Parts: sequence; structure tokens; C-alpha cells
Amino acid sequence: MPTDSPIVQLSGVSKHFSGTRALEGVDFSCRSGTIHGILGENGAGKSTLIKILSGVLQPDAGTVEVAGKTVRFSNPEQAVASGIVCIFQELSLVPDLSVADNISIAAPPRTRFGLIDKRVQNRRAEELLARIKCEDVDPNSLVRELSLSRRQMVEIAKALGKDPKVLILDEATSALTSRDVETVYGLLAELRTAGVASLFISHRMHEIDKLCDMLSVFRNGQHIETFAKGAHSEGEIVKLMIGREVTAHYPPKPEPVPKPAYLTIDKLAWEGQLKGIDLSIGKGEIVGLGGLDGQGQKELLLGLFGVLRGLQGKVAILDHPCRPGSPAEAKSDAMRIALVPEDRKTEGLMLAMSIADNLLAASYDRVSDGPFINQDKARTAVSEGIAKLQIKVASPDDIVSTLSGGNQQKVVIAKWLMTDPDVILLNDPTRGIDVGTKQEIYKLIRELADRGKTILLYSSDYAELIGCCDRVAVMYDGEIVAKLSGDAITEEAIVAASLNVGTQSSLQAAGARHG
Amino acid sequence: MADKRSALTTNIRQNVAFYSAIAMLVALYLVYNMLHPRGFSAAVLIQNSNESVAIVFLAMAQTVPVLLGGLDLSVGAVMTLANCIASEVVNGSPLQIVLGMIITLATGTAFGLMNGLIVVYGRLQPIIATLATGAVAVGLALFIRPVPGGNVDDDISWALTNDLYEFVATYGLFDADAGWFQTISWIPVPLLIVVAIAFGVWLPFKRTVTGRTIYAIGSAEGAAYMSGLPINRAKIAAFTLAGFFAACGGLYLAIQTSSGNADITQAGAYTLNSIAAVVVGGTSLLGGVGGAIGSLVGALILRVISFYFRIVSIDPLLQPLVEGLVLLAAVSLGAFRTLRVKNQLNLFR
Repeated sequence: MPTDSPIVQLSGVSKHFSGTRALEGVDFSCRSGTIHGILGENGAGKSTLIKILSGVLQPDAGTVEVAGKTVRFSNPEQAVASGIVCIFQELSLVPDLSVADNISIAAPPRTRFGLIDKRVQNRRAEELLARIKCEDVDPNSLVRELSLSRRQMVEIAKALGKDPKVLILDEATSALTSRDVETVYGLLAELRTAGVASLFISHRMHEIDKLCDMLSVFRNGQHIETFAKGAHSEGEIVKLMIGREVTAHYPPKPEPVPKPAYLTIDKLAWEGQLKGIDLSIGKGEIVGLGGLDGQGQKELLLGLFGVLRGLQGKVAILDHPCRPGSPAEAKSDAMRIALVPEDRKTEGLMLAMSIADNLLAASYDRVSDGPFINQDKARTAVSEGIAKLQIKVASPDDIVSTLSGGNQQKVVIAKWLMTDPDVILLNDPTRGIDVGTKQEIYKLIRELADRGKTILLYSSDYAELIGCCDRVAVMYDGEIVAKLSGDAITEEAIVAASLNVGTQSSLQAAGARHG
Repeated sequence: MADKRSALTTNIRQNVAFYSAIAMLVALYLVYNMLHPRGFSAAVLIQNSNESVAIVFLAMAQTVPVLLGGLDLSVGAVMTLANCIASEVVNGSPLQIVLGMIITLATGTAFGLMNGLIVVYGRLQPIIATLATGAVAVGLALFIRPVPGGNVDDDISWALTNDLYEFVATYGLFDADAGWFQTISWIPVPLLIVVAIAFGVWLPFKRTVTGRTIYAIGSAEGAAYMSGLPINRAKIAAFTLAGFFAACGGLYLAIQTSSGNADITQAGAYTLNSIAAVVVGGTSLLGGVGGAIGSLVGALILRVISFYFRIVSIDPLLQPLVEGLVLLAAVSLGAFRTLRVKNQLNLFR
């Protein structure tokens, strides 16, 4: 129930990090019983705002009020005690503990002797998981054993268990399957009726549009405007966010010309997660992989890159068999394959090392004389890489984790482009990065294709597949269930094929491809 | 019913290393007894138990910091310190003896607490902090007992290093020849002590929030912090508990040998063996996975392997070499999992 006084009120809040400002004089408030969307490019100050609200950071200036009382959280526990619960973008789950342990981690049910009561804890986990329709998750299984999308649902269950008054979702739906996203929407609506305020951060405009009652736009550490949904059009909102007019989201596609196959995949199978994949990609072609999360798309990319053992089937580049036994072999001159992995923080980057070292990580052999790294060549290569992707860095010797998410992702892409690959595999390269960088990446992918690279792009965002790809293969349960091309690439067709249920038109499209 | 079974298989799947360590221990000890001329006798069991207690306690001590993702290089030294203190204070009237034991255990625990405080508030890496404090502990031990010796009450030595029969008979608790007592009178007291401490201290501790926080820190410290867990308290508790277990080992060593000995070499060897026992028992050196019961089993495996040298004739000069090879083989068993991993990325998780 919306009340008159805001549940959370920030006045004149500022936060600086070693000279750069993250937030500057922000006034912001949100009310109980609303879903409040927060928009802004990466680096706009959204994360800082959330970290201050949830007690991870303390403001340099200004006051935070919760339910009319001035508070100053020095750690996340205190924020939770005031009813502010955050679902973080970087998951806060402990991989080696069970699902039930994680859900009740901070305040587990106790027995008479003060010890953790496993039985009650399991029951509690089951109840919370049932609330978000995740009955299939075993409370006894380790978080390590779950897929990314399941982990994110466990994270949501964990937050629910803290009985929030203000629930903050920071990109909390980025890894979810469509079905789970619907469940989360339903849950947020339920919480709204119960008088909970939800702060919703997402890069997916349609999610914000569908869910939120109020929207706040941030730019450059400042609060630009708060308005009710519908007060501005989508185009106007984007303009507020980036401060300039966006003409086209995606670079134009070239005329569809049939291209001779360059990479051919024939009946590729692995461990019941890939069940006979047939796909061929031409030189200069961008093929999209679609489908719900966890249908084998990641495994297909890893398999092509030599990470999986025990693959069956054939893969060939032109007529040469191409079955690398390791990433080192995959990137070698014989195959020239590059993979931009799913999780840039663990598989893409060595977070504690410098930008320069990260850029060179895959191509040390190109800048070395014998066993020694040639500093001049290395410096040249690094500055070329930074220039090519317009990565915003103060110095290449800075630690890579100081960059924003979008720039980190650019480092990963630049690292692989430095190996001069012929085949580029991309695993959701725009997840969790800002609109501006996304568009740069789309443009880059198209340029690479125009220069004759063979590109396989997995994306969890349908719009991206529609906007970027010449052809789209939709996967379901380890199989390609539909191959779409040209005008047949529509949201309806992709969604239908993802659920493997098909509307009339998409069935025809799929049938035509299969036949 | 189906639920119960799946819970059991989940448990086994999640603790493969632990269960295979138990299987290995059982197999090794059965074969040992078959080869031994007086195998399967109470005398052999008592002797073996006595010789295992110290390393078992040290392995349990080492487990707790390892679960955090650190190493405690002072456990052997704290054991030595406790050993020397016990050789001074565990004698006199029964009350004095009990008091002496409490003093010994309290000193070791306090030393562990100090380790924890240094690691948390001094912001030092555990391995380097405990390297330094370990030297301090040995220094104190040498100060207390410059030459080996000391005096531990004879009765307690006898009672705690034999079977239950002798324990009851020594203190005349009741008629040790009573019929009902026959079935359990053969059980070695050291075995009972180890089991009582392991199950009475470790298992309840594991079920506290502090205990679970230790696992969470070793598994993902960032996530533990973001979940609002008491990180500092858990780290301090981990080292304190390590100090307590190490002191248990030192106290028992004093009772067993009736003396104290500030032996620097022995302290170092015990520390290194405790790390080996932890690994053999299925605890990951990266932290977050394993437990003290596993280390108990791991320590016993290492001891049983060394018992074999008494009944198999090997040149004593070759003993360290053979021991090293066997240890290498034992820890390699854990590496077999990597052969089954089909997604090579999972190797790094």
C-alpha cells in the first residue's frame, strides 16, 4: 500500500573514490508498495547507490533515512536488520555449502542447545523455494552443483527469507530463464501488495517497462529525474540515460547472401548435454545461439574451444578436422579459435592483474622473442588493443578490476582479438553492461564479420539475436530445434522455439529448415 | 523412503573423499593385523592408539585453519609448549592434577586465540603469522623445560594409556571384574578420549553459526561477508580451536611419556605431518571442504602406514623414502577425480 512518507530517503548523498566521484549530492526516495526502477549506464552510480543503501559502503556526505529515522549502516547486517535486503549482481552464495545452509546462512534456525537445526532449516528452504516455484532444487545439494540460473533463484529465496521491507534487485534477472523471470515478476507484484518497496535495476528496458511503477534515471553519479511509468517514451528515457540521441540500436545487416561453410559441426554430442548438434557457419557470417539458459549453448561453445573431454561427432574448419584438446590448441595457428567466456570475472579476466597483462594473456607468443617478453612489442600491442576497442583506461598498468563492467568486457574481447582469430565464439558478451558499450560491441561484431571472421554468438537477450545475427539456431535440451534466418528471425519464433512449443508460423520456419 | 535414500546418496556423493579415506583406513588396518604376529589383540590396539593420539589431535587442530583457506604452522609448537607445561603441573593431589590439565589446555587455547587476534587485527597471512608465533611457542617451551624431563602423576599415566579395565581398576571406580563390564573393558582409553573430543567438540562446533562461517569463508569470503556473517569472530574461533586441539595433543603426549620435551625438530615434523593428514583426510587446502573427522581418519592412515615398517623388514635408512612415496600415492588418490572431469573448466573450481 503506497503511503505518503517514503520508506527510504537519501538527501545530498555523495561518495568519492580516490578523486573520482561516484555519487554527487543525490536526493532520492522511494515508497512502500511500489516497484521502483533505477536506470543508468554503467558508472552512472547505481551500484554505489545500492551499496550505500545495503551497508557495504558508507556515504562521504549526506544522510540516509529509513522509515523516517536517520541511519548509518557500517555493514550489510545492519541494513538487513532495518529491513533492507539486496540481491547482488555478484552472487553472495557460498558454493561449498548446501542450498538450505545458504538460504538461512546469517540467522539459521537453532535447536534448544543453540546449534543449527538442519531439519527446520531444510523445511524453511523448501517453503521459500516453493514460493518461487523452484521445487526442483534439492535443499541438500551444494550450490556449486547448480547452474547459474538456479543459483540466482536460490539467491532470491535467500533474500525473501530475510523478510524484506525494501528489496533491492541488482541485475537479479540477468541469468534467469524466461520461466523464472515470469515467476520473479509475479513475486514482485505479490510483494507490492504486501507493502514491500522493490528497487529494480536492470539493463533490459522491456523488463523495467513491464514491472516498474516509478523510474529514476542516474547519469554520471547524479540523480537526473524520477517519474511515473509512462511519463516518458522509451526513446526519451534512453536519451536521459546517455544524454544523447540514439538513432539505431544495431548496425545494419548486409544483404543475405549464402556463404560457403567455414566451420562445420556434425552430430556433436557430449555427456547427454549435447545431443547431436548439426550446424555450419560461413565466413563472414554471424550465427546466433538462442534458447533458454542451460540448454547446452555454453557446452557447445566450450566443446568447440577444446574444454570438454569425450566429445563425439565431427567438427571441421573447411575440410580440416578441428577438435582441439585444450584452449591452447584452439587458439593455435592451425585453428585460430577464440572464446569470450560467460563469466568475465572468473573465466575472462585475472582480476588482480593489470589491464596490460590481461590483454596480453592470450597472445604472449606474439610479443615474445624466444622465451622473453619484448617490452616494446608488448606495449605496442596493448595500446593497439586499447585503441581498437576504445577502452577507457587511465593507464594500462592499472589493475583490471578498477574498470567498469563494460570496459572489463572490452578488455576480454580485445584480448582475444589480439590473437587474430578466424572463428570467434561469444558467450553472452553483453550481459550486465551498459547500453552505450553494448552498441559498440554490436558494431564491432558486425565489423569483424565483414572482415571475414566466422562468428557464433550466444545471447540470453532475444532482441540481440534479432538485431545482430544473420541466422539464429535455437537450442532446447541439447538439440538445435529451430534454425531461423532473414525475416523469420522474430521474437515470436525464437520464444516459441525456446520453449519447444511453437506457434504456427515458427513451426513452419523450423520445419522448412529441418526439411 | 525414496527421499531418505536420495539424501544418503547425495551425502555420499558430496563426501567421496571422506568415505574413501575411511575405506582405506579400514583396509590398511585389517591387512596390518593379519600380517602382525599378534594381530587382532587388545595389546596391539592399545599400543597403536597410544601412538596415534598426538598426531590425530594435531591433524584436527590443523583442519580448522585449513578450512578457512589458511595454514597454521604453529600447531606442533603449541603442542610442544602444552607438553612442557603439563610436565610441570600435572601431578599432586587429584584436584591439582585436574587443575593442571585445565591450565595446560587453557594455555594452548589462549595461544590459539592470540594467533587468531594477530591474523584478524594484524591483517597478516595465517601462514606467516603462525610461523612467527610457532617460534615463540617453542621458545617458551624451552624456557619452561630447558632439558627433557619432568614429572607426571604415575596413576594418570597408567590409567589413560591402557584399556578401560586398567582405568577402572587404577581408580577403583567399581569392581573391574564385573561380568557386564567384560564386553567393553578391552577398549583403549586413548581411543575413547579422541572419539569423545572429536565428536563432543568438533561436531557441535560445526553446527554453530561460527563453525559454518569458517566453511563459508574458505569457500567464498566475499559471499560470506555480503551475507553478513561474523567473519572476524569465525577466524579468531578457528585459530582458538586449533590451539585447543593442539594442547590436547601436548597434554596427552606428556601423560603418555610422563615427561616434557621442548624438541624443535619434533614440533616441526608434527606440524608438517598434520598438514599431510588433513589432505589425506579429504580436506581441501583451498578451504571450505572437509572436516576434522576426516583429518582424524587421515592421521590414522598415516600412522598405520608407519606401523607397517615394524612388521615388514625394510632397511631403517630407507624408511623416510618409502614413507614419502606412500604419502605421495595416498594424496594422489584424491587427484583421480580430475580424470573423470569432462568439463576441464571444472578443474579450477
